[in-house]
Amino acid sequence: MTRPGFGRDLILAAAALAVLVALPLIFPSKALVDFVLRCSAYALFATSLNLLVGYSGMVSFGHGMFFGLGAYSFGLLMQRTEMPIPAAFVLTIGITALVAFVIGLICVRLKEVYFAFLTLAFQMLLYSLILLWVPLTGGDQGLSGGIPRPVFLGIDLTKPRHLYLTACTLLIVGLLLMRHIVESPFGYTLRVIRDNPERAAFLGIDVERMKLVAFVLAGIFGSIGGVVIAVFVSGAYPDFAYWTASGDGIFMIMIGGITTFLGPAVGTVILLLLNDFVTRITDYYGLVLGPIIVLFALGLRRGVTDVLVEAWRFCSRNAGPVEGGALTMPAKGESTAPAPAARLLKRELKG
Amino acid sequence: MDLSALLNCVTSPACIVTQATSGLIIGTLLFLVAAGLTLIFGVLKVTNFTHGSFYMLGAYFALTIFKLTGSYLLTLFGGAALTAVVALMFERLFISRVYGRNVLMQLLVCYGFVLIFDDAVKFIWGPDFKAMGMPAAFQSPPLLIAGGVVPKYYLFLVGVTTAIAIVLWLVVERTRFGKTVRAAALNPAMVSALGINIGVLYGLVFALGGLLAGFAGALAAPVRSLTPGMGFSVLIESFIVTVIGGMGSIGGALIGSVLIGLIRTFGSIGFPLFTEGLMYLFMVVVLISRPTGLFGREFA
Repeated sequence: MTRPGFGRDLILAAAALAVLVALPLIFPSKALVDFVLRCSAYALFATSLNLLVGYSGMVSFGHGMFFGLGAYSFGLLMQRTEMPIPAAFVLTIGITALVAFVIGLICVRLKEVYFAFLTLAFQMLLYSLILLWVPLTGGDQGLSGGIPRPVFLGIDLTKPRHLYLTACTLLIVGLLLMRHIVESPFGYTLRVIRDNPERAAFLGIDVERMKLVAFVLAGIFGSIGGVVIAVFVSGAYPDFAYWTASGDGIFMIMIGGITTFLGPAVGTVILLLLNDFVTRITDYYGLVLGPIIVLFALGLRRGVTDVLVEAWRFCSRNAGPVEGGALTMPAKGESTAPAPAARLLKRELKG
Repeated sequence: MDLSALLNCVTSPACIVTQATSGLIIGTLLFLVAAGLTLIFGVLKVTNFTHGSFYMLGAYFALTIFKLTGSYLLTLFGGAALTAVVALMFERLFISRVYGRNVLMQLLVCYGFVLIFDDAVKFIWGPDFKAMGMPAAFQSPPLLIAGGVVPKYYLFLVGVTTAIAIVLWLVVERTRFGKTVRAAALNPAMVSALGINIGVLYGLVFALGGLLAGFAGALAAPVRSLTPGMGFSVLIESFIVTVIGGMGSIGGALIGSVLIGLIRTFGSIGFPLFTEGLMYLFMVVVLISRPTGLFGREFA
């Protein structure tokens, strides 16, 4: 567990958790609590998607399937069995890991846009199964009737305060774990694969196996986001597994920035704020949000945190190249430059 | 699941004719959209996520022209031409800025415009369902073929799309423009070096894609209800078609469209709740066995 920066991450995480805990005490508003709850679910989801897109260069259009799978598995386990919440949580992770393993086994062989479309197809297959299997899933009505929340370890999720604290803890612990993953030698291996798969293979890395592990890990964290949203809305709906869920995830990470670890979380907050704000002021959501998205893509050309990081580096006169540059995933034939991640990995392996 | 219903249908000629013709019109309309999509992908290397919106625009333009003039011929060509103009402007002003950038940036720009187009339609034509109504020429009673009911407009539709498919094939394979397009798909730098303005060429190809999608929308207007957001399902289906047929392959798009049309109509009898699922299942099977699609070249 000892890696440089781990202590700093731990302190930052503790501080973030403290701020989140204090937030409703300072601003006692139900809307704020609900907003943080939704953010924690989607931030886990978006950050897990970035394990694939930003760190491994695997653009998945079907990540929403794990969000939906988490919500449905957890909801069904709680409704159909007398299982305590922690057991259902662990079992949900197990189910997701298994499904992600099988689907990943098939998907990771494909490249680029074909990988994207195969993951999308699997997601829509899951969505169709949810609609089809009415006796189990409730079809297009979703899992209704509420999800029972028995007390465990003194935590009573029917109390808003307990629910809020649990979601915040899950968010921070989840982010910390993902941070640890991407900063580990395995995380740097993924960056090598993203920047230059051929080189990775020559270094003796089993590229497909590493991609598969990343796919399963991302699926697991995505499903935890699904569990949080299922508990929050006390149900599960087919929309969680629809392609729009994956689309939202992609916009979150693009708006926030895919080259920084916290970019997706920042993007989540921005997109959810924008959504809430725009739907409140106008019926023409698209006419407002559309131009904002276009301006973003054509004007800023990268995520918010990428810009902040660049500005910060520029100001501190430490204008080294941002790792991987803005928007990684070089186009074909562009990836001949020595990959920074490869150098870092070598250092890791030597040290 | 209702396998006995499916069995009943495939043993009755009337049911086969009815389902096959409606499968064919779904397939041929889909082909027009997917052909443009696959052409744009093959030449510009851009995945155009706004293509469904062009189909929608074509249908709405057709609606307005039909109301104003009452001439169906004018409706068809006017709807398609206006859509092509929108597509050309969209390409020159916005899409041309994301050439060569990663697919996520293209997706982001396109998604922004999907939202804009949908809401613009909602703003101009209103949020509720619209119906154009059948042109007078096709209002005669449907034909009976082997006991199956076939509206005349369906025959017209299949005929027109077949003609377009042939013309498209001739243009791509037999004309100088087609040759240039195929060359640009393989090596744009070389084509540019030979003195061909690649920007103009890209704009034309994109406009051609928009023209086809707009034509599909105008053709579909009498038989589909018009609603903002009607492009979404068409977009997803035409993606399935291009992926199945092989991205960049027009012939593949034709086969893929007809297959998807038939899967939809016959699937809706046997597996009413799982019709969409069948399409995705088919896509998964194709991608696993032939990752570049049935007729796709290896983009190494």
